[in-house]
Amino acid sequence: MKEKLEAIRKQAEAELDGLTSPEQIESFRVAVLGKKGELTSILKMMGKLSAEERPVMGQLANDVRAFIEEKITEKSKEIKEKEMQREIDSMPIFDVSAPSDLSRGSYHPITLVQRECENVFKSMGFAVENYSEIVTDYECFEALNIPKHHPARDMQDTYYLENGQLLKSHTSAAQNAIYKKYRDSLINDGLPIKAIFPGRCFRNEATDACHENTFFQMEGVMVDKDISISNLIYFMKTMLSEVFRKDIKVRLRPGFFPFVEPGFELDISCLICGGEGCPSCKHSGWLELCPCGMIHPEVLKAGGIDPEEYTGFAFGLGLTRLAMMKYGVKDIRDLNSGSLKSLSQFTDDE
Amino acid sequence: MFLSMNWIADFVDLTGLDRLDLIHRFSLSTAEVENEIFMKGSDISGVVVAEIKSVEPHPESKKLHLLKVDAGDPQLTDVVCGAPNVRVGMKTAFAKVGAKLGEIEITPRPLAGFISYGMCCSEKEIGISDDHSGIMEITDDIPNGTDIKEAYQIDDIVFEVDNKSLTNRPDLWGHYGIAREFAALAGRPLKPIPAVDLSAYDSLPKVDMKIEDPLCQRYSCLQVENINVSVSPVNMRIRLFYCGMRAINFLADLTNYLMLEMGQPMHAFDSRKVEKIRIKRFSEPFVFQTLDGVNRNIDENTLMICNDNTPVAIAGIMGGLDSEIVDDTTTLTLESATFDAVSIRKSTVRLAHRTDASMRYEKCLDPEMTVPAIARFVQLLTSVDKGAKVVSSLTDEYAFRYDKVTLDFDKAFVDKYTGIEISNDTIVKTLESLGFTVTLSGDNFSVTVPSWRATKDVTIKADIIEEITRIYGYDNFDVHTSLSPLYPVRPYEEKTVEDKIKDILVKRYSLHELHSYIWAYYDEYKALGIEIEDNIKLVNATNPNIETIRRSIVPTQLVQVRSNVGFAPDFGVFEIGRTVNGLKDDGLCDEHKKLCITLYSKTKNIETIYLELRDMLCVLASDIKHRELSFKTAEASHNYEHPRNLNEIYCDGVLLGKMGIVFPSVSKKIDKKASICFAEIDVSAFAEIESAPIVYDEPSKFPGIDIDVSFVSDIFEPIGNAIKEAKCSLIKNVQVIDTYSDEAGKSITTRLTFSHPEKTLTREEVMEVVNGIIEKLQNIGIALKQ
Repeated sequence: MKEKLEAIRKQAEAELDGLTSPEQIESFRVAVLGKKGELTSILKMMGKLSAEERPVMGQLANDVRAFIEEKITEKSKEIKEKEMQREIDSMPIFDVSAPSDLSRGSYHPITLVQRECENVFKSMGFAVENYSEIVTDYECFEALNIPKHHPARDMQDTYYLENGQLLKSHTSAAQNAIYKKYRDSLINDGLPIKAIFPGRCFRNEATDACHENTFFQMEGVMVDKDISISNLIYFMKTMLSEVFRKDIKVRLRPGFFPFVEPGFELDISCLICGGEGCPSCKHSGWLELCPCGMIHPEVLKAGGIDPEEYTGFAFGLGLTRLAMMKYGVKDIRDLNSGSLKSLSQFTDDE
Repeated sequence: MFLSMNWIADFVDLTGLDRLDLIHRFSLSTAEVENEIFMKGSDISGVVVAEIKSVEPHPESKKLHLLKVDAGDPQLTDVVCGAPNVRVGMKTAFAKVGAKLGEIEITPRPLAGFISYGMCCSEKEIGISDDHSGIMEITDDIPNGTDIKEAYQIDDIVFEVDNKSLTNRPDLWGHYGIAREFAALAGRPLKPIPAVDLSAYDSLPKVDMKIEDPLCQRYSCLQVENINVSVSPVNMRIRLFYCGMRAINFLADLTNYLMLEMGQPMHAFDSRKVEKIRIKRFSEPFVFQTLDGVNRNIDENTLMICNDNTPVAIAGIMGGLDSEIVDDTTTLTLESATFDAVSIRKSTVRLAHRTDASMRYEKCLDPEMTVPAIARFVQLLTSVDKGAKVVSSLTDEYAFRYDKVTLDFDKAFVDKYTGIEISNDTIVKTLESLGFTVTLSGDNFSVTVPSWRATKDVTIKADIIEEITRIYGYDNFDVHTSLSPLYPVRPYEEKTVEDKIKDILVKRYSLHELHSYIWAYYDEYKALGIEIEDNIKLVNATNPNIETIRRSIVPTQLVQVRSNVGFAPDFGVFEIGRTVNGLKDDGLCDEHKKLCITLYSKTKNIETIYLELRDMLCVLASDIKHRELSFKTAEASHNYEHPRNLNEIYCDGVLLGKMGIVFPSVSKKIDKKASICFAEIDVSAFAEIESAPIVYDEPSKFPGIDIDVSFVSDIFEPIGNAIKEAKCSLIKNVQVIDTYSDEAGKSITTRLTFSHPEKTLTREEVMEVVNGIIEKLQNIGIALKQ
């Protein structure tokens, strides 16, 4: 019997070695350890043994059973691991180095720059205004202290329409409406007027790489009891530093615009060289950026605001120019070209 | 306009000051100076005054001469010279060996067999004129060997100011006015202009002159004779040249010099041709020949200077050919006048002829200047030409005087406007340095504006602020924020809606935002066969191709899509832009803000992209307003619209716009094989729709039931209506899960999802509702699919 048990053990060990699947192991287990298995049938013969032999053989049979069970567990584990490894190995390696599909929509660069500016001004409590593109002579000129035959009208080649209206030549055309909209809360509630107005403007001129007949500006106004030139410089410097995301220097030079007095040309330190002088600022260290000034008393009056009591500043940022500066667009005509080759590149805010 | 620092220094002592720094301050305080500053004479050295002692012909060259030149050295210098005007005894500018003329350095140089030890120079070679016809002829008595730069004012700093930045400053159109600014910036006094006392001629006869038209503000004149000098002094010619004018002859140069110095244009007539000066307009148009030989059409609005009834000059613009000074002129009449600026400007535009004079008159010149200009003219004339003689008394008619401008304000006004502390003393000093008369009592200022600033420039208190602050220097400002109260600012709905539309279309649907023009483009529309619809037009478009304002963005966008064919097999574009729908009752343009979307696809059929477009619009309504859209079949009204599948778009009962597919012929012109559809909605109308609130519907904890029913129907609309009309709150979702077409027609399978908040629904319960819907549909002829 002892020999039989040993033989079973040896045979089991050898057989197990050749098994490769969980199914084979299960049928092996049934064949050896099952109710009708080899080992079980040997145990059934235990009754025929002597009283001395029985415990010895019983012990041996249990050892063999335990041994085979352990071997089965070991083998199943080994097979499972192998299977897992096979599954792992069957996974192909994907080529992440291949170019990605980045096809996506795009914003017009003016939208991006406009939003950036709007966000800066909104963060400082400015309202964003909306206005029409077709305006009256009054809005575009008269209300801005530019009466008929004023030489300043020559400075702007305006598109006139058959009904006497015109395509607004500057965003300042919205000033009068802004004053009228907010003057009650200014006068009655003491709330300062702080507003920006981004909008499209039109000039009747031939187009080339630097000139467009349709472009964007952003007007800004602030009116209150004690708005000063000092405040103007502060706001322009602070806001422009935000817009350009660097601490820029500003400088004012006298500039003549009929709707401001005093009027200024505002220069900023060159964004490329920081003021050292480089080809992009023609070695001056400065870039002429935007006209601004203290709102002319006649303009406030036309908006229903008493210039003896209130003062304010106004400025006009060239959004189109900002967009060109920011993205390095050299030909202004690209912006209205409708060409997706150009314009599909502006996919997102920064 | 070019400005000479030497000339400015005639009127303000700049000794010890950094002139370049002053120019920089001028740029920051007065008017923009162009970047390039010209250091005149800096590239010239070693040029001396020399006398030609002998001239021998060159043995082999007809052009060349062999000279011996006295350049102030112990020995004469041998020079080979090719100039035609060499002669013995002539003094000229001589570049010695070692001299520098720009890039050229003078060395002993063999010329046709002889060595030349230096070079006789033309005026052009030493940079003082563009005359290169011969070597410079020096007639002044200057010792040989004197450095030419000591003899004449060749060294100078010349800078340019953009004329545009001077439009509001009539006083800055001459060096004297500019010198006043430099004096104020440097804190040094401004010297008076040298002049003769014209009252000395009071006993002489007057000129016969009369202003017969209110457009002439002031006319001053004087007659002079016996002028013998014909060439202007070198220094005068250098200044004119440096300032961009050519020397012509002494008299012409003198009027130009006066204009560049004082800003006052002057004109000289041959006295024989203008015996009776009359200033007037003519009632009939006529042709007039100006001194440049051009015939010009003069109309009834153009002010003329006349000899009685014969026109002799266009006032303020240009003299006539007939009355010009000629060789045998003995007596000349000098005009110094001012005219109505607007009238001059309009005449200039009509004649399309702008001159140095008219440019100045347009700016509203100070009438007070006419007489001092004559006094200066006579002083300059007689200092150069001792024989010249004044033969009339000053004849002056001052028809229009500007009001004296006096402005009263107090220190508090200055403080409030500037936001910084500028002392009373500084205010007074600054204003006085600019010619203002200031009375200060306590903190109250009373300021009288000088005549040269009072023609239009300085009229209100705010103008005074500019004078004070610009000289104070904006760089010197203490900068601080305002103390204005803060308050919340709510964005307006339309702006928010616009931003959301852009984000959804770009981020979710990968569309591209484009911009276009507000007008129809005739050529491009024509190429697609799209009609230009009548609408309000531009009256002064330089390009007739863009005359009519567009009624819709759709044609514009179809043109853009066409130009992008080939960019990608599928793409979509959109724009939020303006259109005009004719005029409103008040005569103003009916302007609208529209969203236009166009989809283009070569890979998908038209139905697919049309439904994609429909989904985009529904998502916009659902995301932005939490509302649904409905569609109604529309009649095509434009020739780019396909008559089928054109739908009006409604939201909350409001008509927002239309969507449709492109008319076959137009579509084929864009791309034969692509599917193209468009939608256009009114952004303002959409923005005005009230947003539906979000109402929370707590999800049921009990399982729901899905029921699929198929109906035979071409469209979903009646099925959707029947489901809605069932008004069953247990229906949580409705979905079309399949459509199928066979001989029985098209059938639509709809899945209804039911759920109850408090219990598990039974099939029987929900079938009651479903059967009701089926019955309703059967009643209108829509059968259940078997």
